[in-house]
Amino acid sequence: MSITNPALLLAGAVVVALNAYVVLAGADFGGGVWDLFATGPRRDRQRDLIAHAIGPVWEANHVWLILVVVLLFTCFPPVFIRIAIALHIPIALVLLGIVLRGSAFTFRSYGGDDAPTQRRWGRVFAIASLVTPLLLGVAVGTIAAGRVRLPVGTGFIEDFVAPWLSLFSASVGVLTLALFAFLAAVYLTLEAGDPSLQEDFRRRALGAGVAVFVAAMVTLGLAWREAPLVWHGLVTAPRAVPVHLLTGASATLALWALWTRKYRLARSAAVAQITLILWGWALAQFPWLIPPSLGIAEAAAPAVTLKLTLGALAVGAAVLFPSLYYLFKVFKSPPR
Amino acid sequence: MTDLLAARAQMALSLGFHILFAVVGIGMPLLMVIAERRWLSTQDPIDLELAKRWCKGTAILFAVGAVSGTVLSFELGLLWPGFMEVAGPIIGMPFSLEGFAFFTEAIFLGIYLYGWDRISPRAHLWAGILVAVSGAISGVFVVIANAWMNTPAGFDLVDGLPANIDPVRAIFNPAALQQTLHMTLAAYAATGFAVAGIHALLLLRDPLNAFHRRALIIGVLVGAPAALLQPLSGDLSARNVAEYQPAKLAAMEALFTTQTGAPLVIGGLPDMETGTVRFGLEIPYGLSLLAHHDPRATVQGLDSIPRADWPHVPTVHLAFQIMVGVGTLLALVALWSLAVLLRGQELAARPLLLKAIAGCAPLGFLAIEAGWTVTEVGRQPWIIHGVLRTSQAVTPMPGLVFTLLGFTLLYLFLGCVVAWLLYAQILRSPRHQEWQRVSSPRRA
Repeated sequence: MSITNPALLLAGAVVVALNAYVVLAGADFGGGVWDLFATGPRRDRQRDLIAHAIGPVWEANHVWLILVVVLLFTCFPPVFIRIAIALHIPIALVLLGIVLRGSAFTFRSYGGDDAPTQRRWGRVFAIASLVTPLLLGVAVGTIAAGRVRLPVGTGFIEDFVAPWLSLFSASVGVLTLALFAFLAAVYLTLEAGDPSLQEDFRRRALGAGVAVFVAAMVTLGLAWREAPLVWHGLVTAPRAVPVHLLTGASATLALWALWTRKYRLARSAAVAQITLILWGWALAQFPWLIPPSLGIAEAAAPAVTLKLTLGALAVGAAVLFPSLYYLFKVFKSPPR
Repeated sequence: MTDLLAARAQMALSLGFHILFAVVGIGMPLLMVIAERRWLSTQDPIDLELAKRWCKGTAILFAVGAVSGTVLSFELGLLWPGFMEVAGPIIGMPFSLEGFAFFTEAIFLGIYLYGWDRISPRAHLWAGILVAVSGAISGVFVVIANAWMNTPAGFDLVDGLPANIDPVRAIFNPAALQQTLHMTLAAYAATGFAVAGIHALLLLRDPLNAFHRRALIIGVLVGAPAALLQPLSGDLSARNVAEYQPAKLAAMEALFTTQTGAPLVIGGLPDMETGTVRFGLEIPYGLSLLAHHDPRATVQGLDSIPRADWPHVPTVHLAFQIMVGVGTLLALVALWSLAVLLRGQELAARPLLLKAIAGCAPLGFLAIEAGWTVTEVGRQPWIIHGVLRTSQAVTPMPGLVFTLLGFTLLYLFLGCVVAWLLYAQILRSPRHQEWQRVSSPRRA
């Protein structure tokens, strides 16, 4: 498949959009997790910082997921359909989480000042932020493990529950959650104005970084037993090795930078780490979109649709990237 | 309840819930921008206060709209995989474009909501204008996709499968212009009248309040022109439906037999068994006149459609009556209000008009729900008119009644919370602290 093949480019665009979603919206979910685990004397200030960091950007960050969905159903309809059928239950729960997370966050921000109400919405926001990444990870793990298949009619459990109910899928869920929490804590070290708050999130980032390492190792171990496709793609395939080395290097760099309080470097390294993990997965299952049966070429929509969508992406990107740049410049530039 | 019915109910619930917030997301930014633009030129604090308070309401409604819209985009696959398999490559384009419009809307809304003291007033106004424009555009793209379901175009059917796909022709399908025009006007009419109506109600209690007077005028300026144009746009839509979707038109008008010089039936209870309408008021030649602008034109009745392909006539007919009745009422109140404004008189000085406008507050939304019922129930049993049946498109996943139950409870709960928050926000008299919280989101 040539590098300028429209289907290949669009499959790449799906991964790019997913990458942006994970790096941006992932941290918003992670922020919710740290809201749930806010502790110590600066508990309320931690929560304020998180709300302040998420507020202006979470809705825009969320749109990356919509873009992933739209690209899938326009350009690779069979992929979207198989995922929607086999993963109906976890996806319905993800939607529940997305709805509750977003609305509760907004209700807390705009719902008046009385403390008990604020706490209740805060709790809903935080729990939804914890559960949603777990389930998203479960969905990804199920796809990667090659367990998404069309229903064969043997029964409800076999067709609609068994595919995603596995230790491997669960471990990918935990890994996703740990990554999002890690990313959020790293970002928050830079958002925090004063050193004590910065230290709070530095410690959290270090803890989450260790959790990511453990979750990644467990996932890899389970892959060996439960998801041979992933194991092969990640470990024995020759193209896997450089990606692994880079991922390991950026993970180590992120932790070292946190340890030595080089927060900007830590942020870059953490973003590189999660990006490499995502692309590592994508390359591991290339050219399958749904391993082991549905590849990029077979799943692709007719050429005219692909070409027009590429055109739409180009036009859209020309509008999107300057706007996003402006958004982050306004809200994420260093305090004046 | 069968799984098909549960899936249809869940889709209806999700769409019926989301449309309320989507409409506000299109209409409210225009109101905010008008208020803020006035403030920039007049420096009148009332205008700034209005912009900030509307901004706060919009923040709540937009968030719920964004997440409930996400639910819909997934439900296309969760509930209707058979539909997406056929429709995705043909009509995915407007969804992709909508994605970018929505991106723009979300980005600049974030800037608008949280950027009051971070960017210049002029930049802030432009952010609001971009929210208003991209909100309207994203609505247009979604409605284009729906119009395609009603009047599919841009492909050939070869052995029951689409071939020779042309997504551009699919975008410019025969109903696209009529439906997008009708829905966009509806969004401005509903939002404008909702805001005007609420402030009219408050003015009835507190007639001299300058804040409510200003809000009323801006609401009327947005809602009334749209409400006045809506009957014309409805006429375009009706003639388009008559041409391309005869079964839907026949169900809307409860016309069971094909007739030349068909009468218009107002009200009444259609009986699908006997093919008659009880208690309806008949206006001779009315339907031929409306559908074809010719009193002697022949209008296709349901007898020209196989019985298995009829939509549920009473539902469609009733919903259509509600939409048209409410639309007419809004147009009349719009005419009245604009006549008063054009003569340079105060709306607030006329209690009867205030009462009429206050009564209109929820009506635009009622008309929108009724209109979507007409277009969706009226297309049944097809999900893509004449191409794919809804029953062929539904997911094989069983037990859908449980997800329906879950989403029903969730949306009921959210609906109550949002209603309560808006109620609390509207009825509380403007307090200075509130604007400050909007302008600096770091909570005290």
